[in-house]
Amino acid sequence: MSIVQANHLSFTYTGASKPSIEDISIGVAPGEFVVLTGPSGCGKTTICRCLNGLIPNFYSGDFAGELIVDGMSVKEHTTAELASHVGMVFQNPENQLFSLSVERDVAFGPENLGLSREETRKRVDWALDVTGISHLKDKPPYELSGGQQQRAAIAAVLAMQPKVMILDEPTSFLDPKSALEILEVISDLNKKLAITIILVEHRLDIVSRHANRVIVMDNGRIVLDGTPKDVYGEHARLIGIGLPRVTTLFNLLQRDGIQFPQTPITVDEAASVLRKMLSDD
Amino acid sequence: MIETEGLKFAYPGSLEVLRGIDLKITDGEVVAVMGENGAGKTTLVKTFNGLLMPSAGRVKVDGVDTHDSSVAKLSRDVGLVFQNPDHQLFSETVREELAFSLRNFGYEEDTIDRRVASILETLDLARFAESSPFVLSGGERKRVALAAVLVWNPKHIILDEPTIGQDYQQKDRLRNFIIQLNAQGKTVIIITHDVEFVAECKPRIILLSRGLVIGDRPAEDILTDEALLDRASLTRPQIGALMHQLKDCGLPERTIDVYSAEQAILHALGRKE
Repeated sequence: MSIVQANHLSFTYTGASKPSIEDISIGVAPGEFVVLTGPSGCGKTTICRCLNGLIPNFYSGDFAGELIVDGMSVKEHTTAELASHVGMVFQNPENQLFSLSVERDVAFGPENLGLSREETRKRVDWALDVTGISHLKDKPPYELSGGQQQRAAIAAVLAMQPKVMILDEPTSFLDPKSALEILEVISDLNKKLAITIILVEHRLDIVSRHANRVIVMDNGRIVLDGTPKDVYGEHARLIGIGLPRVTTLFNLLQRDGIQFPQTPITVDEAASVLRKMLSDD
Repeated sequence: MIETEGLKFAYPGSLEVLRGIDLKITDGEVVAVMGENGAGKTTLVKTFNGLLMPSAGRVKVDGVDTHDSSVAKLSRDVGLVFQNPDHQLFSETVREELAFSLRNFGYEEDTIDRRVASILETLDLARFAESSPFVLSGGERKRVALAAVLVWNPKHIILDEPTIGQDYQQKDRLRNFIIQLNAQGKTVIIITHDVEFVAECKPRIILLSRGLVIGDRPAEDILTDEALLDRASLTRPQIGALMHQLKDCGLPERTIDVYSAEQAILHALGRKE
């Protein structure tokens, strides 16, 4: 049973000359870690907006087909109803945080669900703990570093206990170290709490080792869908997605006539393959 | 030429963001300014075009102290493309957006048309000429913001995080474009966290941390220096990390781009046989 199921989903923004997404049919199983990628303007953000009901509830346009998230059709439920099933984290955490303390920000969602004080307290403490920012709970968000702010934004979404989390380039404003730490947090949510992750990202370099599935879009359609290893072939390169550099390196070496047992997608894999070749006789 | 001497800057009521910076960026250089979130990168470049004035020390652009220059002149000589395009864009159509500054500078309409058409083409924006910037995707809006500055042909160009939200092809295009600008003798200053992008351009890197310059050397030096990277919250680029892991196999540790790595590995494999 899929936790996200799209059937022939299409959407055209009012005033746009062509659909932003067209005839999308996918199923995502509970507990998957999906990376959604593709050239800019390919429809990734539009899909995210559909998944949490911003489309069709807040963006006007022509919505066709069906999208079911955790058993709820996004057409028939409000964004507020969907919010405790599917959480959304954006690129820039500053757009998401607004309170005078991290704790208030994280409590905002549960309070609006009408939960009891004790339940709200419990969830806030838990979300701050999972994201590793309990010690920052009294700080105003604007005093935090970018990485800490993004953790707070994730905690605020987590406190709603969604089964699915959509993250739209959540690390692109962060320095590389903070970016890797945030990806670890996201990976933990997936592994330890079995939250289904849909992560939009251009930089496959940094996400490949966490994902079990990569979906590539182009021109509003899904053009590739499989494990990272399956997808990072020539076709993906041709439509302009940024393969991990080590994968590109191995593709080049293969073109030079060197045979490899497999094409690596991470630095560690690449190092072990090359080490073996360089020391083997 | 952009020079700073003992440059300090503090926002009102806050600690010093820049704590004494001495730099010299000569005409025609490509420089990457890197460092952790909050290191002071954006603040630094805002002193270059007069948006911010030093609290102490000085900034000189082409020999003139920014205190003695006008913001109008400075902003024409030093084009700054903001990180967030929405802080910059306001027109009804992309074409209007690009023509705006040229009209203000008093160019003839046919010159404006020609320049706008050429920049639309260069940045792969021609098909959006009559669209509103606000229906475009994040990556596309960023390119419009870039075009809106480049169109008036500033002598020095500063790009604040130009690769955010850009896909691989657009980054490639951007890299080629930077090379082209540089070939025209322009100074290009890029603020970025994108170690992979920098590893392929291999410019001089000015590394900032907590308001001070902690490194100012070629990319191959900075991006392979564990201690410096750590202080500035950066990571090795993928190829650099791979070569680092394999240095005991005789691969050159200072190699950080894909094509040099390809050559080095072919060489190592050939030597073995």
